[in-house]
Amino acid sequence: MISFVLRRLLSALPTIFIVVTVSFFLIRVAPGGPFDGESHIDPRILENLKRVYQLDQPLWMQYWLFLKNLAHGDLGPSFFFKDFTVAQLFAVSLPVSMENGAAALALALAFGISLGTVAALRQNHGVDHAVMGVATIGVTIPNFVVGPLLTLIFALGLSWLPAGGWNNGAFANRVLPVVTLALPQMAVIARLTRASLIEALRANHIRTLRALGLPTTTVTLHALRGALLPVVSYLGPAAANLMTGSVVVERIFGIPGVGRYFVDGALSRDYTLVMGTVILISVFVIVFNLIVDILYSFLDPRVRME
Amino acid sequence: MSEGEGRSLFDDAVARLIGNRAAVASMIFLAVMTLACFVGPFFTGHPYDKVYPDYVKAAPSFEARPTAEEVAETATRIARRFRARVEDFRLDQGRVEIGLAGAGPVDPRIVDYYERADGFAGVHIAGRSDDGRKLTLRADVRQIRFWFGTDGNGRDLLTRVLIGGRISILIGILATGVALMIGVSWGATAGFLGGRVDMMMMRVVDILYALPFIFFVILLVVFFGRNFVLMFVAVGAIEWLDMARIVRGQTLVIKRQEYVQAAEALGVTTAALIRRHVVPNTLGPVVVYVTLLVPKVILLESFLSFLGLGVQEPMTSWGVLISEGANNNRDLAYLLIFPALFLTSTLFALNFLGDGLRDALDPKDR
Repeated sequence: MISFVLRRLLSALPTIFIVVTVSFFLIRVAPGGPFDGESHIDPRILENLKRVYQLDQPLWMQYWLFLKNLAHGDLGPSFFFKDFTVAQLFAVSLPVSMENGAAALALALAFGISLGTVAALRQNHGVDHAVMGVATIGVTIPNFVVGPLLTLIFALGLSWLPAGGWNNGAFANRVLPVVTLALPQMAVIARLTRASLIEALRANHIRTLRALGLPTTTVTLHALRGALLPVVSYLGPAAANLMTGSVVVERIFGIPGVGRYFVDGALSRDYTLVMGTVILISVFVIVFNLIVDILYSFLDPRVRME
Repeated sequence: MSEGEGRSLFDDAVARLIGNRAAVASMIFLAVMTLACFVGPFFTGHPYDKVYPDYVKAAPSFEARPTAEEVAETATRIARRFRARVEDFRLDQGRVEIGLAGAGPVDPRIVDYYERADGFAGVHIAGRSDDGRKLTLRADVRQIRFWFGTDGNGRDLLTRVLIGGRISILIGILATGVALMIGVSWGATAGFLGGRVDMMMMRVVDILYALPFIFFVILLVVFFGRNFVLMFVAVGAIEWLDMARIVRGQTLVIKRQEYVQAAEALGVTTAALIRRHVVPNTLGPVVVYVTLLVPKVILLESFLSFLGLGVQEPMTSWGVLISEGANNNRDLAYLLIFPALFLTSTLFALNFLGDGLRDALDPKDR
């Protein structure tokens, strides 16, 4: 298994390399520069600034330097958030996003799978229609509508929870953002679970279990093991997405997560920060796809880790 | 259908689609919504960028503004600025007569101030005492309605929601059209030519897939920031990746069919083969994907507008309106609820229509 993991990670290196290269040159050809925001810089100061950040070198040289630093695990200093390196920025904000993402994922899985299971067991009954109706709403309504609506109801209307702010990760401050993150995922998971569980419940081995007179719970658990495969493969990219933070949710609730750097970095041409975010996403996507493949081989013994 | 005539596959698909009540309802809803957004703004009685300073943050209501009290209140307020008081006030059948009295002569320029107020029109001096201390004004009360209320700048929300819908729908269609053209031609060419060309073309797609989507979009904002239309042409130019994969998969199947080989044997050129025989037959899955792509693009536009990277004031879109509503929802929930309702109901209808089309065009999937 260890050799499987290592081989998979090694084979991902070329992908990351291409992504890094394309992104590096794309952001460099974009009009504007990192110091455009400052009004009236003395040309000599600008020159010095460029020298400090090695922007005076030819582009291919900068690219080479960037790759060399990257190989040492150094993402470089941020241009916009002066006095911080990109690694320092991520060290503070990434845990926040990951905690929220993980909580949202757990919530989405717990509710999504149970709702989907209930709907599948009561197919075409009232419960099923209700669950699927709610799930369709959950898939359709974008999070920048859900977030403000939840704030409107639970923070401003009922005054149960704070409307925003982080407050060092107090539980009350986490509830609304985590729920906002979880709702659409919950809806998708419920739909996937329902669809594949309905099919799994018709399988021969499940019929045999039923014929043996086993209780419904046991039968359902057996069916779920096979039925969860599509959910698991959906979870790879979804988890990577959740863990790297959501710009919208972080902006609505004022959370100091990593999501905002995606937008801020690119808008202020903070080259190193942009590259950092690109690498971050790529690594997360690759790692979570790997985890999905490993989980897959546990759920389905026909899939081998080779 | 006349006797002896066969039922084409297309007829079957249409019949299945018409049988799907949710899909039909969605089609009707979308037609009404589009019509409302494109024609509606001409009939609301308000230009989308007209500011009514006297009615900032007016609550939604069917009642006409100004109300009788508001007319009296405005009359007093303006009079006070000219150190005059309202001595006589008569409101009757949409006409108002205001008798002003001041300690000194009342400046006749007060007429302009009344004229500028949103509630009055055709203000004129009806009578003036010799010493100028008394002034009688006559004016029409101009009544207007704000069904959805007004925003923080005093602009009619109904008009703005409709105009915003126009932008959102246009952009959805525009970007989807671009994605459709690039995706179909790329996928069909790659699939039909096969071999090394196919491999190269699909590697390009894979690499573009691997780039973080949000990075790509923000980069486009950076490139085309000032030109919103160009930007969505570019968004369409990213969204074609799935389309290319779908069409390529279909093409691989179609090009092995006898009729394609027959056409090839008859000497039809490759370009004509792709155009005449391959592309029309990929239509089913493509139509389904297109219906699902339109809401995706509308969402993307709203997302960008939400971040403040979208259309610029005074033009608006559903995303901009939702973002404004979310920012000051303390006592003005309607600013969020109306645009959110329009956006989500449209997305709903598009999704239902997409599902209906999939069931209609791809019966083996059920």
